[in-house]
Amino acid sequence: MTPDDLQAIWLTLKLASVTTVLLLLIVTPLSWWLAHTRKWYRGPVAAVVALPLVLPPSVLGFYLLLLLGPHGPVGKFTEALHLGTLPFTFAGLVVGSVLFSMPFAVQPIQNAFEAMGRRPLEVAATLRAGTWDRFFSVAVPLARPGFLTAIILAFAHTVGEFGVVLMLGGNIQGETRVLSVAVYNHVEAIEYGAAHWLAGGMVLFSFVVLLGLYLAGGKSWKVTR
Amino acid sequence: MASRKNSLLVLVGVLLLGTMVRSVSAGEVNAAVAANFTAPMQQIAALFEKESGNTVKLSFGSSGKFTAQIKEGAPFDVFLAADVKNPKLLEEEGLAVKGTRFVYALGKLVLWSAKPGFVDDKGAVLGKGDFNKIAYADPKLAPYGLAAKETLEAMGLWDKVQGKLVTGESIAQTYQFAATGNAEMAFVALSQITKDGKITGGSWWLVPADKYNPIEQSAVQLTAAKDKAAAKAFLAYLKSDKAVAVIRSFGYELP
Repeated sequence: MTPDDLQAIWLTLKLASVTTVLLLLIVTPLSWWLAHTRKWYRGPVAAVVALPLVLPPSVLGFYLLLLLGPHGPVGKFTEALHLGTLPFTFAGLVVGSVLFSMPFAVQPIQNAFEAMGRRPLEVAATLRAGTWDRFFSVAVPLARPGFLTAIILAFAHTVGEFGVVLMLGGNIQGETRVLSVAVYNHVEAIEYGAAHWLAGGMVLFSFVVLLGLYLAGGKSWKVTR
Repeated sequence: MASRKNSLLVLVGVLLLGTMVRSVSAGEVNAAVAANFTAPMQQIAALFEKESGNTVKLSFGSSGKFTAQIKEGAPFDVFLAADVKNPKLLEEEGLAVKGTRFVYALGKLVLWSAKPGFVDDKGAVLGKGDFNKIAYADPKLAPYGLAAKETLEAMGLWDKVQGKLVTGESIAQTYQFAATGNAEMAFVALSQITKDGKITGGSWWLVPADKYNPIEQSAVQLTAAKDKAAAKAFLAYLKSDKAVAVIRSFGYELP
């Protein structure tokens, strides 16, 4: 393990954590809306959210590179705010990861909200619980398994990201060189020993995460890839 | 259920037949080609296909990656690297046929920007440092990346630009970073910005040859294709006048 590799591990965990927290903030209201709305555009929105499940990461990475670059609309906007452009930065990877892992966070939470139905909330309303109170004291605790699944899946999926990061990251040590890219580099440079350490560690980590998921309860495990 | 099984069987049968028919057609060359040689290779391959009746399947990537893949048994017949080191390595391991290696092109390094007027013809922009990002290919994997590093070292700027360097995994990705404007400039191969002997756009500095070790792009026949006539013919064609004219039109020189 070189310092560079350790840095890659740390960076990967940081990216996965930041992405997961942001996803929870975005996805909770979105899942709630998807679970309860009867608007005609529910279908299109659900489809857009699920796109990263089927799109190759290279497609996503390519469009993000164009969108976030200095000629793209988002890039022009961030430059106008004097933030520079996002590609080759940690923030850029966060944007890519949030989009890429979104379906993994939306689906379990949405499933949990749908399974709950309206009844518990109606009961709470008759007991004079306010809207927020109903949401946080009734809906969220009932949907807890869904939230747990979402957190673990979003985190693990971000750790396993490769294509988007490769297209968008520019492989900068301590900024965008995450584990998957570090492994790729070691393999390309024919440094198989170093690659084994990282790759083996990742296999072990992923196995433990998934085992934990299955043991923690098959009921909330509704996400299929 | 039974009908579904049957249709599956038919599908598998059709697929198998398809592959059999393909393998019967003679004279196919699988070529692993360094990314910087993409454009000239496509022209040369088309000429070769027309004149010889053989087909060429091209894969483009970094020389280091192809070497690793060939070691692991990748099914290539010929390897057109961007350096001497990688083909030599394969020779030593018995994976390439001794005596078939030759330099097919001498690479030229340029500092290029998609913006007109951004790079001056002395490369002084590097020393001024009023840019955010400069892209180069990973020097461990891509010979043009190593040449870029040598150039920056020769100019005494290597330490100064550390915070601004972005690494592409091959020269192709490096070019893409600059072409999309995400990096203001990039060290790329002259061939990537040349078409029919003219530079396609933007601004550039042709790095003087004394700033980096020569990029001797070498081709070699792989042991797996030792007896393949099409592979031999393809390498021979690479030395022909027609191929050399194409290679020169992309800004390469020949030894």
